[in-house]
Amino acid sequence: MIVSRRWLESLLGRPLEGRDVSDRLARQVAPVDGVVPIHQDLREVLVARVLEVRQHPNADRLSLCVVDAGGAAPLEVVCGAPNVQAGKAYPFAPAGATLPGGLKLERRKIRGVESNGMLCSAKELGLGVDHAGILELQTDAPPGTPFLEAVPIADEQIIIDVSANRPDLLCHKGVARELAVSLAATVKLPPIPASASQSPVTRKDRGVVDGVEVRVDDPEGAPRYMIAVIRGVKVQPSPPWLATRLQGIGQRSINNIVDATNYILFEVNQPLHAFDLAKLRGPAVVVRRATSGERIVTLDGVERKLTPEMTVICDDQRPQIVAGVMGSAESEISAATTDIVLECAYFQPTRIRRTRRALGVSSESSYRFERGIDMLGMPEAMGRAIDLIRALAGGEMREPPIDLWPEPQKSRSVFLRDARVGHLLGVPVPRKEIERLLSAVGFVAAPKDDRLAVQIPGWRPDVTREVDLIEEVARLRGYDSFPDELRPYRPGTVPDAPAELTLHRIREQLVASGNGLLEARTLPFGPADGPDAVAVLNPLSAEEAHLRSRLLPGLIRRVEYNWAMGNRDVRLFEVGTVFRASGRPTDRPAEELHLAIVLTGARHPPHWTDSTNAAKLPDMDIWDLKQHFELAVGLAAGSDDVQPAANGSGWGPLEADAPKWAAPLFGLEVKIVVAPPSPVRYQPLPSQPSVVRDISLVLPGSVTAGAVDVVLRRQGGRLLERLDVLDEYRGAGLPAGTRGVTWRCTFRAPDKTLTEREAVEVLERMLRAAEADLDVHRRQA
Amino acid sequence: MSDLLAALNSLRERLKEIPQADERRLQELKTELLGRKAGALTDILKGLPALDPETRRTIGGAANALKRDLAHAIAARELELKRGATALADVDLTLPGRPQWRGGVHIVTQVVDEICDIFKELGFTRVVGPEAETERYNFYALNFPKDHPALDAQDSFYLGGDVLLRTHTSPVQIRTLESYPPPIRIVVPGRCYRRDPFDASHSPVFEQIEGFAVDEGITFVDFKATLAAFARRIFSPTTKVRFRPSYFPFTEPSAEMDVQCQICGGSGCAACKQTGWMEILGSGMVHPAVLENCKLDSEKYTGFAWGMGPERIAMLRYGIPDIRLFFDSDVRFLEQFIR
Repeated sequence: MIVSRRWLESLLGRPLEGRDVSDRLARQVAPVDGVVPIHQDLREVLVARVLEVRQHPNADRLSLCVVDAGGAAPLEVVCGAPNVQAGKAYPFAPAGATLPGGLKLERRKIRGVESNGMLCSAKELGLGVDHAGILELQTDAPPGTPFLEAVPIADEQIIIDVSANRPDLLCHKGVARELAVSLAATVKLPPIPASASQSPVTRKDRGVVDGVEVRVDDPEGAPRYMIAVIRGVKVQPSPPWLATRLQGIGQRSINNIVDATNYILFEVNQPLHAFDLAKLRGPAVVVRRATSGERIVTLDGVERKLTPEMTVICDDQRPQIVAGVMGSAESEISAATTDIVLECAYFQPTRIRRTRRALGVSSESSYRFERGIDMLGMPEAMGRAIDLIRALAGGEMREPPIDLWPEPQKSRSVFLRDARVGHLLGVPVPRKEIERLLSAVGFVAAPKDDRLAVQIPGWRPDVTREVDLIEEVARLRGYDSFPDELRPYRPGTVPDAPAELTLHRIREQLVASGNGLLEARTLPFGPADGPDAVAVLNPLSAEEAHLRSRLLPGLIRRVEYNWAMGNRDVRLFEVGTVFRASGRPTDRPAEELHLAIVLTGARHPPHWTDSTNAAKLPDMDIWDLKQHFELAVGLAAGSDDVQPAANGSGWGPLEADAPKWAAPLFGLEVKIVVAPPSPVRYQPLPSQPSVVRDISLVLPGSVTAGAVDVVLRRQGGRLLERLDVLDEYRGAGLPAGTRGVTWRCTFRAPDKTLTEREAVEVLERMLRAAEADLDVHRRQA
Repeated sequence: MSDLLAALNSLRERLKEIPQADERRLQELKTELLGRKAGALTDILKGLPALDPETRRTIGGAANALKRDLAHAIAARELELKRGATALADVDLTLPGRPQWRGGVHIVTQVVDEICDIFKELGFTRVVGPEAETERYNFYALNFPKDHPALDAQDSFYLGGDVLLRTHTSPVQIRTLESYPPPIRIVVPGRCYRRDPFDASHSPVFEQIEGFAVDEGITFVDFKATLAAFARRIFSPTTKVRFRPSYFPFTEPSAEMDVQCQICGGSGCAACKQTGWMEILGSGMVHPAVLENCKLDSEKYTGFAWGMGPERIAMLRYGIPDIRLFFDSDVRFLEQFIR
């Protein structure tokens, strides 16, 4: 919502400063997004007085003016305007100044005579369309005064971020009402010459006003509906004060009738609609639900299809207005309009919201109806609108307006216990203060029993229960007025989530692993990455139309991004949620936590002691991946005996869009089992010496090292302390299809010195078992 | 005997050479003096059995003492050389040491952990909730009116039916109230989704930290004090904070908390739009309707809640100009925040 500082000044009857207004609003009312001075492109324009007007020596239609622009000496300026007169004041742009639209004035010769600037027309200043002559100023300001200080067009737009619950702040009166509290001022609407206005005549759901039949067939959509008929108006451009007001808040001036309704809209938050009586068949104004398939061409020239969910204003035959949203081109006020129908209505908020969403069109009116306007304030707004139209456009009203209000409502009351105020706010607030604060913004509080009965003004639909009034007290008193002392609290009943502890531990351990893994946080959207991928119904783009069911594809895209940035060494991990469709699309998808790692590039950062040939720096390979896999499984799966599936799913070398210089890319992904870390128990440090033996075995092609490991450990029993692979050998000296693997066996007895013989006995047992179970023999030297 | 003593004395003189010896010279000295085959001192010791008992005792004692001293000095020098700490005049220690890859957790994770740790000290436990939610949990149990403009700021990604990606972490308020009795003091970090285009200051996916406290007798003063204490911890002990009116359907009174602009210190700059303040979080007292929706007595229980964006706090604190940098995963960005 944009409000004009000058407009607020006129309501509060005092000067304001934009930044101060902004600060007061922010502290007590609503956030302010900015204070924007308008017409800043006129900063360099000055007031100048023309001292003398001479004929240009070389041009009939030009004059040569001697101008006092506040400088040390008068300036010579060439002027082409017919209305320039000695002794009068005009806006003057000196040479070097930049005008609206970006035109920079140079000092230049015009028909042989140097001109030191330009006397400007309203159009050149961006203030109007009048280009017939230069703008004559009615000002006593001395020459050289900045134009913006001399004329009342300088203004500041205060941009208020009005929340959805405060429709009352969508007009100047509402904002002024709030400001008045902290400024100790009062709000007074500027007087409009009254035209012996007549109070509206209230009827139920139908009536006739000045020959026009008015009927509400949809009282649910339009609970209160007022119509006035004004005949004999003269449609013309608005006077400057009105045009300036509207332009000041970024609204276009259209004509005196439309501008008058807009003025009232922005003044008191009552949308009004004026339309051409001559275009109404009947003449009748009927408020009803649209029929299925009915169509209307709205003001913006678009033909729109209506549904029975929408309320329309019709004449005898067809819809003329989509209620509360937009009128039709047909009955729009035009220069030829003489008799107008003026509508002042309350439309049901939800109805308007659904309508404007269905039609995909919104307006200043729909924005306000959707949030709820002041149903009780309608007669006042209607009265001001009629007065303003008649003051601007003449015309007469033969009959008072009609007010169709089948179920009149009184203002609501909400009870407030003073004790509850203190109970919630933590500081007792005396009843007197509560009453004073609430009444300052229009609530009427009266004691009733041990409570206050608070009458809610019509412009505050958001206040429906006691706590809403407590918020009013807190905010009007000022949030800053409450202390922020820490008081004792009771500990909560909710334990820390195991998932958070698990993720934290995994992250810390991965980073501490010394592998240089950097945590990535990727967007969980992408193309479908598996059969269970969950589709997003309204994605931002086709490439981001699914939720991830795996982390790896997103991480690979991040590696590709790094490659594009020229980064060759990329080691990323991510822990996060993945989604899998579960049952029907209307069910919540299953969510799992995964851990994924991607690796590419050198195993170590380069150092000058390494070979000078950088190409020899080793890149990470499948064994680096295996180490990460062991690490990841150990951390994420709560167990370390998981082996990668033989088909490589979930881990292995990855396909990616790699540049020529990139190293191979490896990755893995595991599901995280949320579990506490396995308990740690102290192992006594060995006090007995160990016996170490290396054994080289020949493994048939089908036997894995892992299988041999299992057999050896089983036979080694408690005396076999460690079993480490030292070497793998393939090639000459071994039968075809076999390979040699060397293990180092470390034997130790915890309680005595193990003899060589005892160790060898165990070793022989291990070898016999390997031979028997797996056909694995000791390699002959 | 006297020549033997003289020989020992001259050998003792050689001790002085040891601390200056380089690696090669030290090996030579070792061989020359203590070598098993032809070491000078070894020769003397080998000759001992041939001497008379008196001389043998004197010379033997002196020779063994010298042997011990030489061995000590050589060992000390060897260690010194091995450490390379001194004396190697031809080592340029300004050359860089041998590097290793360094890993680190994401800066947003760091900020989330830091925030949760501060609240842990204030008695809040850390919990989580699902990222795909139903409209009931995401909106209606939180007192969002149906068909209300308040829903406009929550443009959502829908998955089907009334299932959507949560637009805030607040649904966990409801899930917690449904599962645990008061007192409740929780913080809830997690990913949230809003249908905003991806630009420098908006991301369709962002991290949020919810905070939620419900008990008997919790007041607006407790609410302000807890969040002000947090702000002073995460920024600085002298940071000024202010609370301003705001609107959220699930809090009443609602407030935004501002902290003194961390860039200009409060004097006004482009970053704070000349206000001197920066918005940090949205918050308020728990709306009684939220408690009632979870079958809690709103006369008896009160509470407060807030939500804040760790990405935004990280951007303010580290001067990160574009939210997309968090998601790009450029290793040069990630490496800047290793600690």
